[in-house]
Amino acid sequence: MSFDYLLLTRALLPEIALVIGALAVLGYDLTLGRKLPNKDRLGAALGLGSIATIAALVDAVLVGRMGPVYGATLMLDSLAVATRIGVLALTLLTLGIAAGARTPRHPAEYVAIILFATAGFTLMAAANHLLVAFAALELASLSLYILAGYDKARVESAEAALKYFLYGAMAAAFLLFGFSLIYGLTGELELGAIAIRLAHTGMSPLLGIALVMVLVAFGFKAAAAPFHLWAPDAYEGAPTPSAALIASASKLAGFALFLRLLWPGLGAVAGGAPGAAIGWLTPVAIIVGASILLGNLAALAQGNVRRLLAYSAIAHAGAMLLGVMAAGVTGPGPLFYYAATYGVAAAGAFGVIAVIEVNGGCQRITDLAGLARRSPLLAGCLAVFVLSLAGIPPLAGFFGKFVVFAGALQVGGLMDPAGWLALLAIAMSAVAFYYYLVVLKQALVLPPAAGATRIRVPLTAGLALTLAAAALVVLGALPTLVLRYFG
Amino acid sequence: MNLLPLTIHLSFAGAFLALVAGSRSAAAARWIALLSALAGWGVTLWAAVHFDPGAGYASLLNLPWIESLGIRFHLAADGISLTLVVLTGLAAVAGILFSWNVQEDTGAFFALYLALIGGVYGVFLSADAFLFFVFYEIAIVPKYFLIARWGSTNREYGAMKLALYSFAGSGMVLAGLLWVYGAAGGTGFGFGELALAATRLTHHEQLIIFALLFVGFAILAGLFPFHTWAPTGHVAAPTAASMLLAGVVMKLGAYGCLRVAMPLVPAGLTYFQPAIAWLAVIGIVYAGLVALVQEDFKFVIGYSSVSHMGFVLLGLAAGTPQAAAGAVLQMFSHGVIAGLLFAVVGRMVYERTHTRRLDELRRLPLHRLMPFTAVVFVVAGLASMGMPGFSGFPAELSILIGTWPVSKLWTLGAALGVLVAAAFTLRVIQVVFFSRTDDAVTVADHPLPPLTWPERIGAGLLLAATVVVGLNPALLLNWIIPGLTSPGLQAIWTGGTP
Repeated sequence: MSFDYLLLTRALLPEIALVIGALAVLGYDLTLGRKLPNKDRLGAALGLGSIATIAALVDAVLVGRMGPVYGATLMLDSLAVATRIGVLALTLLTLGIAAGARTPRHPAEYVAIILFATAGFTLMAAANHLLVAFAALELASLSLYILAGYDKARVESAEAALKYFLYGAMAAAFLLFGFSLIYGLTGELELGAIAIRLAHTGMSPLLGIALVMVLVAFGFKAAAAPFHLWAPDAYEGAPTPSAALIASASKLAGFALFLRLLWPGLGAVAGGAPGAAIGWLTPVAIIVGASILLGNLAALAQGNVRRLLAYSAIAHAGAMLLGVMAAGVTGPGPLFYYAATYGVAAAGAFGVIAVIEVNGGCQRITDLAGLARRSPLLAGCLAVFVLSLAGIPPLAGFFGKFVVFAGALQVGGLMDPAGWLALLAIAMSAVAFYYYLVVLKQALVLPPAAGATRIRVPLTAGLALTLAAAALVVLGALPTLVLRYFG
Repeated sequence: MNLLPLTIHLSFAGAFLALVAGSRSAAAARWIALLSALAGWGVTLWAAVHFDPGAGYASLLNLPWIESLGIRFHLAADGISLTLVVLTGLAAVAGILFSWNVQEDTGAFFALYLALIGGVYGVFLSADAFLFFVFYEIAIVPKYFLIARWGSTNREYGAMKLALYSFAGSGMVLAGLLWVYGAAGGTGFGFGELALAATRLTHHEQLIIFALLFVGFAILAGLFPFHTWAPTGHVAAPTAASMLLAGVVMKLGAYGCLRVAMPLVPAGLTYFQPAIAWLAVIGIVYAGLVALVQEDFKFVIGYSSVSHMGFVLLGLAAGTPQAAAGAVLQMFSHGVIAGLLFAVVGRMVYERTHTRRLDELRRLPLHRLMPFTAVVFVVAGLASMGMPGFSGFPAELSILIGTWPVSKLWTLGAALGVLVAAAFTLRVIQVVFFSRTDDAVTVADHPLPPLTWPERIGAGLLLAATVVVGLNPALLLNWIIPGLTSPGLQAIWTGGTP
């Protein structure tokens, strides 16, 4: 074990850049920006925030794969580095979206909290220690609660934040309880050491309780059924850029952490092998099935486009958990590819909504009517995002589904629940295709409502959305760009 | 031959250019679309002239793509693919000529149209199951928007139904392919590799996989009872899309059955042969009878397509090379004839009379108002009935002769379908064009816009194709039969036993 602070500082350079950036945003706003109108304060904050995020992105690339750091408290392997880069890119996209959305009341604080949340995400990506993982998760979650309720004058936003907070706090309690049981059983906090202990002791009833606690907590955080109830309200009420962040970067970081916890940490009690005691794979399989079914079927009935995206997010969370199940065979590559590209598409869809919102509301699906006439650029981007969510080639969403399902079928064919869940997910994607087409029908086929005006797309938001759409096309056509990193 | 991949590039490049140019000038979009379709057709004809039937399933392009999963960008063609890409080129050109008058969002219309064509070319040329599937799905989305945006009767319903059926079918295909791929340990997606992997599965698993793949593809080919999307979708579609959907896209399903489902799991065909063949025969007769009682001119053609595609499925299910050769020939023949019939109904008649109801059309002396159209429809109708001298005759005859040794009942059932086809075709010819033979109504009472040159050229191209192939079917059969008996498809005819 080595406790080299210099190495630790090096490993944490992206987080340091983000925190310094957040402080700089607040400092500028407090001094020079005080007299400026809100719009300019937002611009300055976003500018500084973007610089900080890009600096963190460069750091993350330069730091690269360092392996275990600081006595394996952090693990900078392929998954961690890729997740850091993915999370930072999604934060940049969110900042671009915020530039085109309604100006919040205290713009500098808003951007600073986004940066704090991002620091939590990047730390989650690398955490290899129960306490660090918990602290990182809570840093991210607390920031997200505030972001969800930022538009506090609106009742919906306050409701979204309160629901999100109450569920999230409950989940945190479950998680801490589960972690403390694991610590009590193994006497270890570092995941590698826990794995060594568990390989000897195996499954025990108390460990079973701990696993259930942890799964319940992550089920809440990831909005997987049956722990999803907060998600539709939060997606509906939260300010749109906040919803984009909750739907994208937070998902990616959460699943990366979950994957690291389950396979490298608790892989010994997965329970998939024939003859082994039931482990965490069985409850995860149930959550996957429930999420895919409930998410897709409930989305059919939605008239509100944000709630529709929330239920589709639940369905996608099911597919991502399937990727977690299969990761024991396939490695983290497929799950990362799925979660990252899903994040781009989901954040992009919220970005389009955010820009429309500035030009009159965008809650109902019918509010999208005639988007192709009102703004061809937005309509084109929305088509790419939604078709990617639906999993249509050559977009990235298709290949994400493909690798995850192929991996799930490789686990044990149909001798293994993962194989059946993959077939279920494929069947339900035909259901999903319907509600995605309903959205696109409004946007691309139907004429605009009377009185709907042309939409002026702000330059930054337009650029961010175009780049996101281009990324989905390029990554979909050349998935090796991402997969190669996982060997 | 090696130029064939260009057809895909030309179509997608044309789609992009048409979209860009369309925002400024509709005429530019039209010409870009026509030129890229013509260029694509030219490439297929050039390849046909230089085609060597003995070359087997010849690689055209084979690049590594996603190496960690064993996926390659592999294009190849044999006589079967060649027949179908020539058809695609012809149908694409004819469709553009018949949609020369599209006014709304012309650029987007032709962009989607060419994207669909590009996907179709890609399917016919893919030699890697993953690539095949990607092109197969690329072809789904433009269909929806072409119908929902530019269609007519009940278009949103028809478009959604068609898209969902197609997508559900492709989901079954994906499930089947992934299952085989997973069983192989994820080594490769080449057709040969997958077929080898499938032999390692148990008999039961093979049967389920065959059912997934075959039914998934056959939904798109209009297999009874999964055919109901076809009439509603094709009736709702704008003319060019109807021509392409009925003429070419339904062939994607049949081609998938022949190229993927049957060689991958030859044992499946042996097991499911009676079920598939009976469904095909039921489809032929049932859809024909439904066509007989339709009161909408376009629905008659829509159901006749399902009936004719039943012959293709029967030819495939019979499991003899002769019947399968007839099936491929029927794909070509129906592609041309369905295109022609939809063009007459949707463009020549409907856009001038503004009605497709038979009881309204019967009051017009259409044979005098539009004599050229009447001639085209009568000739196309004869071809559709399977008259000697047109491409439908050798195709259906091959299928019937090839099926006879397998089952006399199926052959008789399908032959009954030929009679029904004659009945419904003659009925619409009589009702639409020759109901008013008295002189009480004159041409001057119903001033209809004259036929345009693009329509005449398009109709001429399609008529020429059906007559040329009808008089000299060996032209195509000399390509098709070596393809069917090549090593890759050999397993189908032996039931999997070498």
